[in-house]
Amino acid sequence: MVQENEKEVTLALKLRVWRQRRCQPGAFEEHALAAVPTSASFLEMMDMLNEQLIKAGKDTFAFDHDCREGICGMCSMTINGMPHGPLPGVTTCQLHMRNFRDGETITVEPWRARAFPVLKDMIVDRSGFDKVIQSGGFITVRTGSAPEANNIPVPKPVADEAMDAAECIGCGACVASCKNGSAMLFVGAKINHLNILPQGQAERDRRTLAMVKTMDEAGFGNCTNYGECQAHCPKSITLDVIAKLNRDYLRARVKEFFSSTGKPSKGGD
Amino acid sequence: MNLDSKIPAGPLVDKWNNHKAKLRLVNPANRRKYHVIVVGSGLAGSAAAASFAEMGYEVSCFCYQDSPRRAHSIAAQGGINAAKNYQNDGDSVRRLFQDTIKGGDYRAREANVYRLAQVSTNIIDQCVAQGVPFAREYGGLLANRSFGGAQVSRTFYARGQTGQQLLIGAYSALSRQIGLGTVKMYTRHEMLDLVLVDGKAKGIVTRDLVTGAVESWASDVVVVCTGGYGNVFYLSTNAQGCNVTATFRAHRRGAGFANPCYTQIHPTCIPVHGEDQSKLTLMSESLRNDGRVWVPKNKADCAKPAAEIPEEARDYFLERKYPSYGNLAPRDIASRAAKEVCDEGRGVGQMVDGKRLGVYLDFSAAIKRLGEPEIRARYGNLFDMYENITGESAYKQPMRIFPAVHYTMGGLWVDYNLQSNIPGLFVGGEANFSDHGANRLGASALMQGLADGYFVLPYTVTDYLAGVPIGSRPSKEAPEFKAVTKDVNDRVAKLLSINGTKSPRQYHKALGKITWEKCGMARDKVGLTQAVAELQALRADFWKNVKVVGSGDALAPELERAGRVADFLDFGIMMCLDALKREESCGGHFRTEFQDSGEAKRDDAQFAHAAVWEWQGDGQLPVRHIEPLVYEETQLSTRSYK
Repeated sequence: MVQENEKEVTLALKLRVWRQRRCQPGAFEEHALAAVPTSASFLEMMDMLNEQLIKAGKDTFAFDHDCREGICGMCSMTINGMPHGPLPGVTTCQLHMRNFRDGETITVEPWRARAFPVLKDMIVDRSGFDKVIQSGGFITVRTGSAPEANNIPVPKPVADEAMDAAECIGCGACVASCKNGSAMLFVGAKINHLNILPQGQAERDRRTLAMVKTMDEAGFGNCTNYGECQAHCPKSITLDVIAKLNRDYLRARVKEFFSSTGKPSKGGD
Repeated sequence: MNLDSKIPAGPLVDKWNNHKAKLRLVNPANRRKYHVIVVGSGLAGSAAAASFAEMGYEVSCFCYQDSPRRAHSIAAQGGINAAKNYQNDGDSVRRLFQDTIKGGDYRAREANVYRLAQVSTNIIDQCVAQGVPFAREYGGLLANRSFGGAQVSRTFYARGQTGQQLLIGAYSALSRQIGLGTVKMYTRHEMLDLVLVDGKAKGIVTRDLVTGAVESWASDVVVVCTGGYGNVFYLSTNAQGCNVTATFRAHRRGAGFANPCYTQIHPTCIPVHGEDQSKLTLMSESLRNDGRVWVPKNKADCAKPAAEIPEEARDYFLERKYPSYGNLAPRDIASRAAKEVCDEGRGVGQMVDGKRLGVYLDFSAAIKRLGEPEIRARYGNLFDMYENITGESAYKQPMRIFPAVHYTMGGLWVDYNLQSNIPGLFVGGEANFSDHGANRLGASALMQGLADGYFVLPYTVTDYLAGVPIGSRPSKEAPEFKAVTKDVNDRVAKLLSINGTKSPRQYHKALGKITWEKCGMARDKVGLTQAVAELQALRADFWKNVKVVGSGDALAPELERAGRVADFLDFGIMMCLDALKREESCGGHFRTEFQDSGEAKRDDAQFAHAAVWEWQGDGQLPVRHIEPLVYEETQLSTRSYK
């Protein structure tokens, strides 16, 4: 309300924040932070902490962030044990301090997953995701060789379903929330985006096999249906993409087994 | 400074085709012998890097983010224009060209804009083939919408995430090449300088943001697609990391910087809530279709809740001033009108710095007319986002909005081939200056980024490389590389050694305050002159009193920030000078001295040119040159929205 804003409500917080240098063991540091406006975002609260540290001549906490509007997928903090914090369907940058209480202790740590080694403090290396995409998360089309766009009709429900999956921002909260460190929600979303579109049929099997193979090699675990990934996904990607990934993987493996060459078929169906 | 625009001869419609037919080619067997550096991985950078690799060149691509997929192109919401005329509503290449050049208030280069409209159709084909899930009709064909006040429906969109989907498309093409080994991708690497050998761009110097290692890279050509400079205002809709460093470092090495004063202010953003704010969030322009913009007539009402202000005490100022366009007046006009009423002390919302900077965007009439479910269906996700950020429900009380910096039309000067005045340095996307003039139309940024990356640079860079002797690439042990690497190391060491009292963020905020107040939505001679002096003082203070914590040989976010703020300080001086010297109003550049009762007054006789600035050295003011804008087929007219 307009009137309430005249005197801004602020919080005094105790923060337990992870401090770690690359290839060294880490530990929590405790800091008190006063006068945090409830209108501030979580990352702005972290900015305030860092400014306080600079004043004291100490190194700041490093954390990944960029667009601060929930779309780039860069921010990655585990807040009170939950990737992206307590609110469903939002990234860390869209979490605001009015969701916390005065005097509360907040624990801030990086994504915790074997496949995401810590580079510094809250910054982790998520290049495993890029490797998965590089192995098959695309439709092969050279610049200039595309046919006229309306030559490929896509039924609206199919386009909508592809779009639901394509909303994934590649932040890694699914991996961080999973006890197995599984990336199957991420991989399933990409498979579901490309494998259901007419344009994606030609490479459907080889895409699926290659991405799953790379996923395993990158150190991600397997899915045992905990469902934590779905609960923490800031874009509300649902578990059915994993079921569809499993279906397409099985399909591709069977076809591979029965093909004369022992290699994935080059065609679609 | 050589500012030959190299616009091909012949009628406008034939220029690009004729030019393409004359551009030289490189033999496929020889392409792998050329090394192309692409800096930036947004729409322009990713598209260019992928295309070069497909052609057979050896490509290295650099970005500061942890993955090329995170570049700020991803945040674009509305859509991408293309002259497909799928809606049978009279669209054509010529019409898209005319709208774009008029939207830019006749300050863009005619030939470039025409080419942009021409290749727009190829972009949609390319993206659909890549699997970009554009909105569809039930028949399976592509849907369109009208956007930004256009009279035709030529905008293609993927929900409110068009930029994200297009970037993922370009990223997937780039990723395919990385997987094939034809592109070497360097993430978390920031370009900190450009290396010239015999006056030609032959490489860059980067800092590895994880290890702190400063390295140099030799190439045959350098393509810079590093976006705009909106963060010179501190608060903007840009991502936190967006910066001017790559283009400004190139500028310091001799590249001309064109029209830095052209910045776009978007009218519908969530207002500033406090001193610790880091970012402004855009609310889609589409909200103005059903929302009514107002402020109280009396200052005394400004602190009251909106519900307590009776209808007769409300001033619907856009409807009052622009009866025919009303709440849908163009971006620059609507922004200035909001600023005016707030300057009169009639703004609403939270008091920040002694001012209320916000106006109401009220949906109560639309809710009464259409019902809440219909409004929820149209704008539900936006209302949720608004509530998430402000804690207020726009179903129960009006939204508060205020203009914010959104896009920058200025950039490195380029010729028709997108080559800067430094041979071998090409510039694509928002980083160059050529296509949007003094104001960009909605859904045109994505179009330009992909046009440059997919359909212009692959041709023009090839033509340049055809003239570069094979094997002439210098070694990075050459003295020129050593000298630039030393400069970069010295600067990093200097920033770390000052050990003063103020953080880089404090300087960035101070910079933003000056640029926003004196070079924001309305500018005048007195303010701009003051701004230049204040920025010079701030710059001097920065190099004496900044405190940068962290170490040079590790991940050091404060060091990254300090380097970017340092460049923004120099850049801000140039931007204010450019605004000072452009003694007219056009598009987003509004000089209060040059107006017709509130409307921008262009001076075509004196200012139908691009202003191009040349660096003169630290502490010196840059020098202004001009490229006259020649209009062969366009009649210059005055925009009116009354």
